[in-house]
Amino acid sequence: MVPLAWYLILSAILFCLGVLGFLIKRNIITIFMSIELMLNAVNLTFVAFANYWNQHAVAVSDKIVPLSGQVFVFFVMVVAAAEAAVGLAIIIAVFRTRETLNVDRVNLLKL
Amino acid sequence: MDITTFVIVAVIKVVVVVFILLTGVAYTTLLERKLVARIQNRWGPTRVGPFGLLQPLADGIKFILKEDMVPDSVHKALYIAAPMLALAMSLISIAIIPFGPSITVGGTTTALQITGVVHANGGLSDINIGLLIILGATSIGVYGVALAGWSSNSKYSLLGSLRASAQMISYELALGLSLVGVLLLSGTLSLRQIVDAQGQAPWWGWLPHWYIFPQCVAFFIYLMAAYAETNRIPFDLPEAETELVAGYHTEYSAMKFAMFFMAEYMNMITVACLATLLFFGGWRGPIPHSAPAIVQSLLPVFWFALKVFFFMFLYIWIRGTLPRFRYDQLMAFGWKFLLPLAIVNIIVTSFIVAWRA
Amino acid sequence: MVHEILFVIFGLICVAGAVNLLVQRHPINSALSLVVVMASLALIYLLLGAEFVAAIQVIVYAGAIMVLFVFVIMLLNAGVEERSTGSKVALLLGIPGVIVLGCLVGWIMISNNQRLGGIRINTADFGDTHNIARLLFQNFLLPFEITSVLILIAIMGAVVLGRRSS
Repeated sequence: MVPLAWYLILSAILFCLGVLGFLIKRNIITIFMSIELMLNAVNLTFVAFANYWNQHAVAVSDKIVPLSGQVFVFFVMVVAAAEAAVGLAIIIAVFRTRETLNVDRVNLLKL
Repeated sequence: MDITTFVIVAVIKVVVVVFILLTGVAYTTLLERKLVARIQNRWGPTRVGPFGLLQPLADGIKFILKEDMVPDSVHKALYIAAPMLALAMSLISIAIIPFGPSITVGGTTTALQITGVVHANGGLSDINIGLLIILGATSIGVYGVALAGWSSNSKYSLLGSLRASAQMISYELALGLSLVGVLLLSGTLSLRQIVDAQGQAPWWGWLPHWYIFPQCVAFFIYLMAAYAETNRIPFDLPEAETELVAGYHTEYSAMKFAMFFMAEYMNMITVACLATLLFFGGWRGPIPHSAPAIVQSLLPVFWFALKVFFFMFLYIWIRGTLPRFRYDQLMAFGWKFLLPLAIVNIIVTSFIVAWRA
Repeated sequence: MVHEILFVIFGLICVAGAVNLLVQRHPINSALSLVVVMASLALIYLLLGAEFVAAIQVIVYAGAIMVLFVFVIMLLNAGVEERSTGSKVALLLGIPGVIVLGCLVGWIMISNNQRLGGIRINTADFGDTHNIARLLFQNFLLPFEITSVLILIAIMGAVVLGRRSS
C-alpha cells in the first residue's frame, strides 16, 4: 500500500530536476532532454491519478472512464515525439550555420 | 505452489532454456556454414569431430582464449556496455516465448515458458502484453548497435552503426504493423492466447486454423522486416566485410565480438519463434493420445522446434542465394513498399473482421 | 511491503538518473541517463497497473524518441559542454524558485497524506489494452485523429527543416 503522496512527490522531484536542467545547462540538446524529463514527470502524475480514481472514486457512469489518465499519457507522448522531431531538426539547421551547440553563442539578434 | 518451489522451478527453467538456447546458437553457426558451403558446392567444416560437429566447440574455445584488445581512444564504459546490452535484450525476448503447454514433473506442474503461470485449476496464463515486450526489446536493441559504433571512436564503426541503426528503426515500423493483422484476428496481445486462438476448428474441416492462411501478405512483410531487423542477407550491408570493413563491430575482439555474434543469432531464433507462434500455430501438431504423459507434454515442444528449424533453414537458404541490397535501395524498400503494404493489409483485415462481426 | 520496497528502488533509480542528467557534461551521457529514467518510469507504471502505457513508454519514448536524440548527438559530434553563463538572472532567481516550488509541492503532499490515501497493486484487468482501446476510439476519437494530423505536420516540418539548402 504505497501512499499516493509518494508518487506525486517523485513526480514533483523529477519535474523540478527538469526545470533545473533547463536553467543550468548550456547545451541545447541537454535543454531539450530536460523538457522531455518534465513531460515524463507529468505522465507519472497522470497514471498515478488514473489508478487512484479507479480505486477510490464513487461509481461513474462508465466503468472505464477512470482510465482517461492513461489515455492522456498517450497524447502527451505523441506531442513529445512531434516536438522532439521538429526541435531536433531546428537544432541541426542552426548547427549547420553557427557550428556550435552552446545556446549562449547563438546571440546574433541580441541588442 | 509455495514461493520456494516457484523460485526453484523458475531457476531450473531459466537454466534449461539458456542452455538449450546457447547450444542452439552454436549449432546454428555450424548449420549455416555447412548449408552455405553445400549451396556453393563445397564441404564446409568437416575436420573437427565427425562431420564437423565439434566445430562450434572449437570456435567457442577460440573466442574465450583470444586476446581481448581494448583500443586506447574508446569510451570505455559504453564500449563494454554495448555488447552486453545487445545480448541482454535478446535474452529478454526469449523469456517471453512459450514453447508448449504445461509439463508435470514429479507432482509440480509448470508452464513451458519462463514467464508463464499455472493456476490452481489447471489454467495457463501469460503476460498480457507479451508481444509488446518483444517489440520493446527490439527497440532497445538498437542502442546496442548505435553505442557500439559510436564508442569505438573510428570512422568505419560510426558509419556502420549509423546505417545499421537507421535500418533497424525503419524496419521496426513495418514489423510492428505487419503483426497488427494477426492481432486483429486473435484479439489479444498474449502469445499463449494467440497460439490457443489458432487451435480453433480447422477451415473446411481439414485446413488448420493457422494465421498464415488469411495473413499471407502480413507474413511476407514480417519476414522481410525481420531479416532487416536482424541484419541478415539481403539486408546486411552494415556488417558486410566488403563494404565497411566490419561495420559497427570493427574494433571489437574476442569475447565482446562473440557477444554481438550470439546476440545476432539469438535474435534470429527469436524471430523464428515468433513467426511460428504467430503464423504457424506454435506448438500445435498431431499428438497421439496413446502416448505416456511425459511424451504428450514434450511432443508439442518437438513440433515447435521443428517449425523453428524450418525458419532457420529458410534464413540460411536465403543467405546462400541472394545478393545484398544497396543502402538506398534498402531504405526505399522499407519505407516506400513495406510500410504502405502493411497499412493496406491492416485496412483490409479490419474491414473483413468488422464485416464478419 | 514488497510494493513499497519496489517503488522506493525504482524511484531512487529515477532520481539518480535525473541527477546524473544534470551532472554529466557530455550530452551522450545525459541522453543515456534519460533512457534509464524512462525505463524505471516504465517499471513504476507497471507497479501502477498500467501495463499498456509501460510498454508504450519503452517502445515509443525510450526506443524511438531517445534513439533520435542519440542519433543527433552522434551526428553533430559536438563534444563536451563548455562552461559559459549567459544570463545570471536565470540562475539567481531560477534555482531558488525551483527549490521553493519543489519544497512547496512536497510539503502539500506530505501534509495531505492521510486525506489522499494509498494505492494498491491492481489485480484486476484495469490498464488492459481492450479498455484503453475502447476509451481511445470512443470517448477520445477526435483528439486521436487530431494527433495523427499533428504527427503528419511534424514529419513534414522535420523533413523541410533538415534539408540542406542547395
